[in-house]
Amino acid sequence: MDYFLELFLGGLTRGSIYALIALGYTMVYGIVQLINFAHGEIYMIGAFTALIVASVLTIFGLNSAAILVIATAAAIVYSSAYGYTVEKIAYKPLRNAPRLSPLISAIGMSIFLQNYVLLAQTSDFLPFPRLIPEFAFMEPVSHIFSSAELVIVVTTMVVMVLLTVFIKFTNIGKAMRATAQDKTMALLIGIDVDRVISVTFIIGSSLAALGGVLIANHIGQINFYIGFIAGIKAFTAAVLGGIGSIPGAVLGALILGWTESFATGYVSSDYEDVFAFALLVLILIFRPAGLLGKSETKKV
Amino acid sequence: MENILEVKGLTMDFGGLRAVDSVDLYVKPKEIVALIGPNGAGKTTFFNCVTGIYTPTKGDILVNSNRGGVRINGFKPNRVTERGLARTFQNIRLFPNMTVLENVMIGKHCRLSAKIFGALFRDKKTRAEELKAAQECYVILEKLGLEKTCDELASNLPYGDQRKLEIARALATEPKMLLLDEPAAGMNPQETVDLTHLIRMIRDTEQIAILLIEHDMKLVMNLSERIYVMDHGQKIADGTPVEIRNNPEVIKAYLGEDIDA
Amino acid sequence: MIAQEIIKSLKAAIWFMFLTFPIMVIKVNTVYKTIEWRWMNMVFIGVGVFVGSFVWRWLLERKDKPSAKKESISTRTQAYLAENPISKRALQGALLVALLFFPMFMDAYQINIFTVALMYIVLGLGLNIVVGLAGLLDLGYVAFYAVGAYTYALLNTTFGMSFWIVLPIGGALAAIFGILLGFPVLRLRGDYLAIVTLGFGEIIRLVLENWNDFSHGPSGIAGIDKPNFFGLELNLNQMTDGVYYMMVVFTIITIFFVGRLQNSRIGRAWLALREDEIACQAMGIGRTRTKLMAFALGATWAGLMGVVFAAKTSFINPASFTFLESAIILSIVVLGGMGSIPGVILGALIMILLPEYMRTFSEYRMLVFGGAMVVMMVFRPQGLVSNFRRKYSFHGVDERLGG
Repeated sequence: MDYFLELFLGGLTRGSIYALIALGYTMVYGIVQLINFAHGEIYMIGAFTALIVASVLTIFGLNSAAILVIATAAAIVYSSAYGYTVEKIAYKPLRNAPRLSPLISAIGMSIFLQNYVLLAQTSDFLPFPRLIPEFAFMEPVSHIFSSAELVIVVTTMVVMVLLTVFIKFTNIGKAMRATAQDKTMALLIGIDVDRVISVTFIIGSSLAALGGVLIANHIGQINFYIGFIAGIKAFTAAVLGGIGSIPGAVLGALILGWTESFATGYVSSDYEDVFAFALLVLILIFRPAGLLGKSETKKV
Repeated sequence: MENILEVKGLTMDFGGLRAVDSVDLYVKPKEIVALIGPNGAGKTTFFNCVTGIYTPTKGDILVNSNRGGVRINGFKPNRVTERGLARTFQNIRLFPNMTVLENVMIGKHCRLSAKIFGALFRDKKTRAEELKAAQECYVILEKLGLEKTCDELASNLPYGDQRKLEIARALATEPKMLLLDEPAAGMNPQETVDLTHLIRMIRDTEQIAILLIEHDMKLVMNLSERIYVMDHGQKIADGTPVEIRNNPEVIKAYLGEDIDA
Repeated sequence: MIAQEIIKSLKAAIWFMFLTFPIMVIKVNTVYKTIEWRWMNMVFIGVGVFVGSFVWRWLLERKDKPSAKKESISTRTQAYLAENPISKRALQGALLVALLFFPMFMDAYQINIFTVALMYIVLGLGLNIVVGLAGLLDLGYVAFYAVGAYTYALLNTTFGMSFWIVLPIGGALAAIFGILLGFPVLRLRGDYLAIVTLGFGEIIRLVLENWNDFSHGPSGIAGIDKPNFFGLELNLNQMTDGVYYMMVVFTIITIFFVGRLQNSRIGRAWLALREDEIACQAMGIGRTRTKLMAFALGATWAGLMGVVFAAKTSFINPASFTFLESAIILSIVVLGGMGSIPGVILGALIMILLPEYMRTFSEYRMLVFGGAMVVMMVFRPQGLVSNFRRKYSFHGVDERLGG
């Protein structure tokens, strides 16, 4: 039973991280119908920024709580800035181009950013400092559920609630929903579509950065390539739940997290990534609209 | 079955919305029939059901063939075209980066037989077939007065010619019946008159039936032998142009009820 | 006016200096706890972006101008060659002679590089069928390459089967994989298709990496036989020449076949499918069949090249078949010009030869090509060489048809 619980909680943690990244995919897709291939790299850059800032601050001798806050803030600021800039450079000029063009541009951006970090930093795995403290009250269960995992799950839940509130009730949130439904109409009723798109990229990137900091802290090491696999998996989660749907992304992420966790725990750990890819292929074949997505009718 | 197309009780639902509601329609060989109705009446949806882009919820679509009527509900669009129904689109859908001639040759596709082997080794049979196809397509372009532009990219044609090219492409599939979705949309009065002659000429020389959706009443009244009127997904009238012109239901549907009172 | 432009560029420079600050400037050594501050990088970025920003805006402006519709050099050259078959034949002849005599003046190292370049030309042309002609973005192309390579490696090392026998088997097996993958996914929309093929490519690689009994896992398979040329005993240098000439023949055959495919009934159907799927079906073209054909044919070439790759290197492991490899082949197609044979050839030569001959440049290779993919899509989506459509001549059609 302990083993099952451990796998369940492990899956919940994974799923929470996937959810944070998947939201970026889903929100961007909802608004500009583009698979932002470089989103995984934004997440990676968030983790790197946090690592660099945290390391510098450690050398300067700050206390760990301050480091945690500053590093996370830096990661969020920088990831958003990258997300914003990537949109302006690689996607905005292609808004009216054939569908494959922005996708290829996104793949190019992803390769570019990976190699940018590889060249400017290193190809090695870097150890990520443990920023999240061990809580005393977690002592009895820490062998199956660590404090860092608790923080990941709780943070994700809080972020989900905030995001839902933001989209439901703020003006910009309403503008985002309007733009997602009909870009031309949104433009006609005076919504600044460019701004809405920028905000979407910024929010998505911030969430990815948060995911990056949390996972790097949990796993303890990062390199330039972590964004690729994480990106694909988060994308799988988004598609599983129904791309464009925010609750769908969370649901998909949790299902993917549990699938991976139980499959590696009970079947074989060699094929961890295969399970995710197989799940992705199966969903797209049998239910391309995802669990909570609406299937679209083609217009002629 | 002597009719070329026979539709019985055709119904199409989108979720809770009934876009087409048990519509009956038939077209006899070499007949020009119009389908009219206000915007959103379900005309294009009807076309999409008949040509296989949507699978209708209920009803029968029968196409005349050598062995009597064949039910084509749920056939893929390409199978429908092979059965002899060819269409054009309301919002022009050409292949913009292919030449005019190539666009028409795409229409010929289903009447040709070259396979991979023929493509790779370009044997005598394939070469002959290609040449014949290219020539036949050129002749179609000549008929429609587009032969001068045959090496242009389709996207470089003026609007009116693009509409004509769609008709040329549909003709290349060697149809028994042509379905035209608002062929005169966006044309000026002179172009519309030319189009009227063109459609009649096609019917006369190719001996095919034509079913068209159109808003231009002058064209419809001049051209068609019979007219079907749809409103809110239902057929509200059918008959000759004179009958339709004097049908109170039709007038109501088109003018709205306030004026009627 | 000029002041405004300068302010714009200044803003961009400052923004990018901020953006690249942590990653470009700071380098922390986590073991010795030291920080290296690389301020010079910030200066480079600032100056580079300041200048680049002008170029960027100039290019954007030029792209939006209607006068930019003038036919490009590549289009004019292609049109000229199409109208002057003699010059075309002369050019082809000259290229062929150059290719044939090339090994006589070069050492084995150079020949090897050229062989690799030729392999990428063939791979690029194969992927071009799928992406350029049929418009299906396949991000897992390398999977079929792997199928070919492992087919030869396994059949050769376990059953001792020879290169020439396995070559068609590898191609056929890759085609079967192409159909198996294609069948379920082809009704997906373009971007979903891209992701599924990516997933498929990764699954194949991960299986090769983990299924030790079958593929020997990450350590790969060594001691694969080199190709056999008419039973001749060849030394190392002669073998290099032999593989080179084989690749020349392969490349010519591929160019020939792909050129024919492009202007055939099937090739037209692919183009139409790429341009407008719904109209294409409505004109009587079976979607599934046409797409599968593109997938299977593209895969065949990857499979064939996989066999050649295994035979040429005599050692393979899963690390040769990563997503990066698919990305390189894709950028060859995108850079050169989707759907254009000369474009793909040019793309492959640039992608493979430039990094080889500019050694200092080679570690920036993927950076530059990632960036080039973006720049290409933004400013010249048709690639370096734009696709040129064949024209038909109809002199005297009327007489022949008795019109």
